[in-house]
Amino acid sequence: MDPREFWRKSAKVWLCLILLCAVLLGFYSQVTHRVVLQQMQLEKKESSEGDCHLDTCRIPEVPRLVYPKAQLLKPTRVDVLVMTPWFAPIIWDGTFDSAILDAQFRNITVGLTVFAIKKYVVFLKLFLETAEKHFMVGHKVNYYVFTDQPAAVPQIPLQEGRQVVVLEVRSYKHWQDISMHRMEMISNFSQQRFLREVHYLVCLDVDMKFSDHVGVEILAPLFGTLHPGFYAGDRQSFTYERRPLSQAYIPRDEGDFYYAGGFFGGSVPEVYRLTVACHQAMMADQANGIEAVWHDESHLNRYLLYHKPSKVLSPEYLWDEQMLQRPPLLRKLRYVAVPKNHAEIRNR
Amino acid sequence: MRCPRLALGLGFCLLVVVALCCLWVYVENWLPVSYVPYYLPCPEIFNMKLQYKGEKPFQPVTPSQYPQPKLLEQKPTEFLTLTPWLAPIVSEGTFDPELLHRIYQPLNLTVGVTVFAVGKYTQFVQHFLESAEQFFMQGFRVHYYVFTNDPTAVPRVRLGSGRLVSIIPVLRHARWEEISTHRMQSISQHIAERAHREVDYLFCLNVDMVFRNPWGPETLGDLVAAIHPGYFAVPRQQFPYERRPLSTAFVADGEGDFYYGGEVFGGRVAKVYEFTRGCHMGILADKANGIMAAWQEESHLNRRFISHKPSKVLSPEYLWDDRKPQPPSLKLIRFSTLDKDTDWLRS
Repeated sequence: MDPREFWRKSAKVWLCLILLCAVLLGFYSQVTHRVVLQQMQLEKKESSEGDCHLDTCRIPEVPRLVYPKAQLLKPTRVDVLVMTPWFAPIIWDGTFDSAILDAQFRNITVGLTVFAIKKYVVFLKLFLETAEKHFMVGHKVNYYVFTDQPAAVPQIPLQEGRQVVVLEVRSYKHWQDISMHRMEMISNFSQQRFLREVHYLVCLDVDMKFSDHVGVEILAPLFGTLHPGFYAGDRQSFTYERRPLSQAYIPRDEGDFYYAGGFFGGSVPEVYRLTVACHQAMMADQANGIEAVWHDESHLNRYLLYHKPSKVLSPEYLWDEQMLQRPPLLRKLRYVAVPKNHAEIRNR
Repeated sequence: MRCPRLALGLGFCLLVVVALCCLWVYVENWLPVSYVPYYLPCPEIFNMKLQYKGEKPFQPVTPSQYPQPKLLEQKPTEFLTLTPWLAPIVSEGTFDPELLHRIYQPLNLTVGVTVFAVGKYTQFVQHFLESAEQFFMQGFRVHYYVFTNDPTAVPRVRLGSGRLVSIIPVLRHARWEEISTHRMQSISQHIAERAHREVDYLFCLNVDMVFRNPWGPETLGDLVAAIHPGYFAVPRQQFPYERRPLSTAFVADGEGDFYYGGEVFGGRVAKVYEFTRGCHMGILADKANGIMAAWQEESHLNRRFISHKPSKVLSPEYLWDDRKPQPPSLKLIRFSTLDKDTDWLRS
């Protein structure tokens, strides 16, 4: 055969083969490019998530704003402590400027978890309506309503960027069990969906209503709220669990504050860790045949003693007008108890 | 006869083009992005990638005895303790050193310090390091980075265990303003090349200063600034911000929180990298426009701290000027400037 003939014939085949390889290479590199990009984004998100030391995690950029200047030699509140000894701000009215904070916390989504089991569904309407007026106004909010009666969740008109997500869960016979299993349910759902959907989680009691601004000033990697009955008390008088057998045990000479079980939260990874730890502690107690004196609240207090919160909310953020006289140091009442008949609502 | 040849030629060209495209896509992926404006030659900043160290979760604090925080104590605090964006302002009495030590000690942190000892400033290194050995971050691993044009002029100082010094050579510029404005660039480059692997937190301090009292983990934060001792009692209109709109460090009349000193800033190493790089970009842009800010890099630092607010602010205890009389509101001076002849030093 003529070599040129041979070359001409096989050249076409070779050319086609080379072109095919080139096209395949092109596709492959495009695909890996996209996969690598996605991986980088995931890594970036993971490393910039809530895992960090006591400081606030973010240095977000704020646009040019006009606001009054802080005076170094003029403390804003002289009647109360505004910072814990481990540098966690204690949020009182007058200590923060919402304009700056809103600019720092643009583009975040806040998840609010609330449990409306058995008769507690009656509280949902007022809770959600007042939340629409006062809770994180101007930011994206997902209300996660845990209930055993999805049909009983009222339809509330919502502002833009806010939605109600109804999560059906089982109910328990005793109200103490319902209260304690909140930790387990939050931890399960944190892993399954909250991590992907929101930046921060706020875990609230449902038998309450919002009466004043509750905004991004509360957001931190981990925060707790001062219980309204104990903010002025000595650590010996705190109703911590005092039996050493319990996992929630705190000795008499320890303790910073008595935190309320009805308002805590933080970044999703930190809330996940808290709820898992509390749930495991409660399971251990159950195995040892003991139940902490204030149930999940006792376990929460133990956790927050040894994992210091990065922000503490003052009793403005959780108050009961029926049970307590309002002192002058509380300039605002933001989240208050709704009057209820305890005996009737808790059992059956 | 010609058609197959033409086809062959075209096919070959197509092949080359496709191959080049694929190669370009690959290379684009692999080469990290550079942020330097095209009109200024900074070849060494290309090909620099910063790896962020993994962040650690909350560590539990070991149970211990310490006094309970008093919520309703009517203690007259002279200083504001929280900025309006809820960043702590650190001063004596606002924190419990024992508790903080117990929180930070188990984290096994390494704290870096950068100082620039260029030209005649090498004479300050000894005093600085000796005082740091006594007061700075006791009980932590510390790595001092001394940037100098003359490594032989840097004296050897005895350091405690877990503490070391590295000498980083830099160029000496003709004018002292040039030296000052190049610090931001040097620090960000150094972090990208080395410090991000060696330290968790980094403080950038002036060398012509000395530690007088303990400086501990209360200063650690994501991004930390210190209030300038000369301007803490003064309204913002009197702050010596750069007031010419042409400069990137321009601050308008109604803007500003505090006037921060350029002698002390720091934070987590990744945040310090972003901060210094941002300042450096501003300085370069000004250079291209033929303007130098009123207080050189301090002006750029102040501009950046308005839009990227610090997560912790240090009171003037952490940056004092010995020439000023100590006011009663300042209980403890921890770090202060030495009285010196600046004209001679800068010549």
